[in-house]
Amino acid sequence: MTLAAASHGFLSPTGVEIAFLLVGLVTFGAAVVTVTTRQLVHAALWLVVALGGLAVEYLLLTAEFIAWVQVLIYVGAVVVLILFGLMLTRAPIGRSPDADSGNRWAALTVAVASAAALVWVVVDAFRTTWIDLDGPAAGSTAVTGASLFQNWVLPFEALSVLLLAALVGAIVLSRKAKAARAGEAPPAKTSPTGASSSGTSPSGASSSGTSQTGGVR
Amino acid sequence: MHLAYPAVLSALLFCTGLYGVLARRNAILVLMSVELMLNAVNLNLVAFDVWLSRAAEETLHSGQALTLFTIAIAAAEIGIGLAIVLAVHRNRGTSDIDRLRDTAEGHEPDGPDTDTPATGTAAEKAEATA
Repeated sequence: MTLAAASHGFLSPTGVEIAFLLVGLVTFGAAVVTVTTRQLVHAALWLVVALGGLAVEYLLLTAEFIAWVQVLIYVGAVVVLILFGLMLTRAPIGRSPDADSGNRWAALTVAVASAAALVWVVVDAFRTTWIDLDGPAAGSTAVTGASLFQNWVLPFEALSVLLLAALVGAIVLSRKAKAARAGEAPPAKTSPTGASSSGTSPSGASSSGTSQTGGVR
Repeated sequence: MHLAYPAVLSALLFCTGLYGVLARRNAILVLMSVELMLNAVNLNLVAFDVWLSRAAEETLHSGQALTLFTIAIAAAEIGIGLAIVLAVHRNRGTSDIDRLRDTAEGHEPDGPDTDTPATGTAAEKAEATA
């Protein structure tokens, strides 16, 4: 390990490092476009590029199972959920000029300051540390599955219970307003303001929402 | 591979997500930025797990197990978060988090956001008395 580390040069990167750097630049650029673009669907699609780039980074770090889980869950499921959410909350045709709030310069200051501090600390801490990527893969499916089902069985099962609870919670959150809208009269008059206004007149609530946006602009 | 490469990339991605959380106005864009931050943490976990699985004798592969748990919890979080955003959008007609200020202190109560439910209750009371 020490001999292998001594043979490394700081300015003579290996092929894996060059590939990691290039894919990392693509990932970081896609992430920046994701948080700065004003077209909402484009933001979700650039998020696909960023998450796919991270999957490639996992492959370069020899963690193949994590990479395929990343592709399946993030690129396959989460981005599709986000696209559904975008299309259900508004029909995003073209640019939306109100995507950024008014405090974006303060946010940029905070982000740049924290990035500078984190990069400085991390580079200073791990300046002389190398990952040994030779030999058998550290994150192959056999290794990951064996450690997951030998040492991490109880958190794994607890996580399945949490996923079930999240599923039921999402269904409950989606069904509550629909039930209040369907059976309108008696619970709507006793319930407080927000639910009652949308419960009795959904068209009026939506039109008032659009008039609010017009008034603020 | 130098360990600084994945660590620096993870720090940069985390700060990009931080900027998105602070600067975005749409709630779904904020959720996307939260996903970016979680992925930065995942990259850090995987890189340090690969490093420690070679440097240490005994390893539990805790970094990769935690990465899988983080991915599952992020999937649950995005499901619940989108359900909440859709419910808010259905009730309020907007998903801009700058306008959801009902519980905020120190802003005037006669904003455009608060008088609409007030008129709604007024019409409701009129209907109830009539």
